[in-house]
Amino acid sequence: MSDMSYVRSDMLPERTPPASSVGFVGWARANLFNGVVNSILTIVSLVLIFFVLAALLPWLFSPTWNSGSLNECREILNGHEGACWGVIHERWQQLLYGFYPNGSEAGTVDQRWRPNLAFLLLFVAVIPVLFNMISRRMNWVLLLVALSYGAYAVGGTLGMITVVVLLAAAVIVGYKAFSTDKAARAAEIEAGAKRLPNPLIFSAIFPFVVPFLLWGGSIWVFVGAALGFVLAGLAYRYLSAAVGSLAGMIISVLVAIVWWLFLIGPFASAMDAILPIALEQIESRKFGGFMLSITIGVVAIGISLPIGIVLALGRQSDLLIVKALSVGFIEFIRGVPLITLLFVASTLLNIFLPPGTNFDIILRVLIMVTLFASAYMAEVVRGGLAALPKGQYEAADALGLDYWKAQRLIIMPQALKISIPGIVSTFIGVFKDTVLVSIIGLLDPLGLSNAIRADQAWNGVVWELYGFIAFMFFVFCFSMSRYSMYLERRLRTGHK
Amino acid sequence: MKKTVFLGALTVAGLAAGASAAATLDDVKARGKLNCGVTTGLVGFAAPDANGNWEGFDVAVCRAVAAAVLGDANAVEFVPTTGKTRFTALASGEVDMLARNTTWTLSRDADLKFTFVGVNYYDGQGFMVHKDMGVSSAKELDGATVCIQTGTTTELNLADFFRANNISYEPVPIETNAEGQQQYLAGACDTYTTDASGLAATRATFEDPSAHVVLPEIISKEPLGPLVRHGDNEWGDIVRWTLNALISAEELGITSANIGELSAAAGDNPEINRILGTEGNLGEMLGLDAEWAKRAIMAGGNYGEVFAKNIGEDTPIALARGLNAQWQDGGLIYSPPFR
Repeated sequence: MSDMSYVRSDMLPERTPPASSVGFVGWARANLFNGVVNSILTIVSLVLIFFVLAALLPWLFSPTWNSGSLNECREILNGHEGACWGVIHERWQQLLYGFYPNGSEAGTVDQRWRPNLAFLLLFVAVIPVLFNMISRRMNWVLLLVALSYGAYAVGGTLGMITVVVLLAAAVIVGYKAFSTDKAARAAEIEAGAKRLPNPLIFSAIFPFVVPFLLWGGSIWVFVGAALGFVLAGLAYRYLSAAVGSLAGMIISVLVAIVWWLFLIGPFASAMDAILPIALEQIESRKFGGFMLSITIGVVAIGISLPIGIVLALGRQSDLLIVKALSVGFIEFIRGVPLITLLFVASTLLNIFLPPGTNFDIILRVLIMVTLFASAYMAEVVRGGLAALPKGQYEAADALGLDYWKAQRLIIMPQALKISIPGIVSTFIGVFKDTVLVSIIGLLDPLGLSNAIRADQAWNGVVWELYGFIAFMFFVFCFSMSRYSMYLERRLRTGHK
Repeated sequence: MKKTVFLGALTVAGLAAGASAAATLDDVKARGKLNCGVTTGLVGFAAPDANGNWEGFDVAVCRAVAAAVLGDANAVEFVPTTGKTRFTALASGEVDMLARNTTWTLSRDADLKFTFVGVNYYDGQGFMVHKDMGVSSAKELDGATVCIQTGTTTELNLADFFRANNISYEPVPIETNAEGQQQYLAGACDTYTTDASGLAATRATFEDPSAHVVLPEIISKEPLGPLVRHGDNEWGDIVRWTLNALISAEELGITSANIGELSAAAGDNPEINRILGTEGNLGEMLGLDAEWAKRAIMAGGNYGEVFAKNIGEDTPIALARGLNAQWQDGGLIYSPPFR
């Protein structure tokens, strides 16, 4: 009786799945030919893709890289359809750097290492802010390598010695970073080994380094500008204990403003007399191409986020005047098209300012684009603030935190996390909006494409230029979008 | 943060600049550079080359003025202006002069308060059609679709012409010349109308230029010339007579080839001597030195040489001199005497 059974008592061995449901065949069956309708759609799509590529690829891969004019392209192509890439070959540097001195004019030297270095330093400065995956020491290696590029570009015996020294330092730090793993390093630090300074120090001085590199002039003006912040910080630190937090803040802001408006000039000229360090001055007029777009984009992006946060907080504030000012600003700027603000910057200000005032056109544009981006950013951040449950605010109050501490430790980390997609899409929007400056006569990539077509050799070239510009913009915007997805994954700590 | 850096620097610069609202000539000399407004790009008239150096027919006027005033044809800061920003740029002092294919009209002279110092190119609006349309006159264009740039005087001229001839047309609005070329080639319009010089430049870029003809009718007067602000007549005189020096140089046979020889010593022709400063004190009257005109002519050659180099018959644009020939040759180019 006990050996009688209706069910199997031992497991069957696993069998391999049928050939039609694994590998490529299985994938195709599941995804492409899953039913009659889907099979038809797949075939139609494949045919469509084939025709698009068959038309596009021969045009894209056309042997015209070295041609010197549109007519030469036509001779090379001999009646076939094809792109005329000679225009990109001849003008890609102009599309990247605009009119930044390239040493072609007699008596000038190639200055394009300065935007290059600024671009490299941009990465060094943002990596510690944006990523937490590379170590402190690797950041310093990156900085040393970037600086050695700068020294190399400056040239001369001193420059070459500096290059060697910097690279040697980079190699030593890099070697040590690779040769000790995390645990060993932690033990070293425990035992009292000195850590390298936090790379965020460089991120903090970066906003003063870049204008010095791009515009040049005396370094002391930029040092002085940075000193204004230091002075304000010191004033706040020592005065807030004596006169209270709010009065201390107001006084420290006043100190900084007085310093910037009245004392920075004498300071810079005095320091110049003692130790003149300067780069050749480059006028804003020389900025153009992608360099101009990136400059405007990075400045607007970098400044609009803090201003936007302050405006969003102001809009939620209980203080009547602060709230009214914030709402008024946001609604006014959001109610006006960017192009109107740019026309105000380029033409109206010219008329209102006293004649002879030398208010730099790119500075005017920077201010307008930043204000515009800030208003949008404020609303995005406000969305994040509104999405936080009221309990979070109450919990912060219950812990006895003051307003700024509550914002910094409890509210903002959560609100900003929620608003990441909105913030990044505002960034992308601002970066793309920079092409509007071509309408007020600044030669950004789109403006340059018109100027290049005005050369008789390239008159009539349209798709190649627009294609190149679109490709470059795609690279930047797509990277920003991927970064935002990375950041969301990294910060996904709960709420699953 | 960067803003404050510049606001600080700007205050300093502003204080320095506020003090010097003197004559334009002094400003230019103090600056060491001439700020010259040009287009953001127009074939043959102004365009940057691969190294960012501006070239063209309008650019040559800027360079001549810079050479006359500062002694260096390269001491020019070219300020690209669009049709919308050009007049405010000049009125606000951002540029010292404008050499930007701008039509001389009464309202621009009187209402906008500018002084046109002369005409360096007589243009006019024309029509281009496909040859196989079989049209030989613009009056045969009844019912045609016309590609036309919006917001320009060409749009108004077009309406006037068709109304005067009692024929109808269908406008296809376009924004830029590049768009006009594409639309015309794609067959979106039967005819493309803009300034005749622009049509010639456009036609030269076509794969088969001989399949297109520019019709003989010129339906508007477009005298293009450099202009300066009202209120500084001395500066206006300098720009005016620099242009006239280029024109007179062609009339009198002074070229960039023989100018060294002619200016070495006073010759037989007193007017040449006066222009080149070997006789008289014309330069002094303008507030310049004696060799101002010599330098202006050496910057790019006389009017004829500048024309031939940038838009003349040997260039791809291949414009005939036509109205822009010297007055002895039946054209309108005429300079008052140097005396």
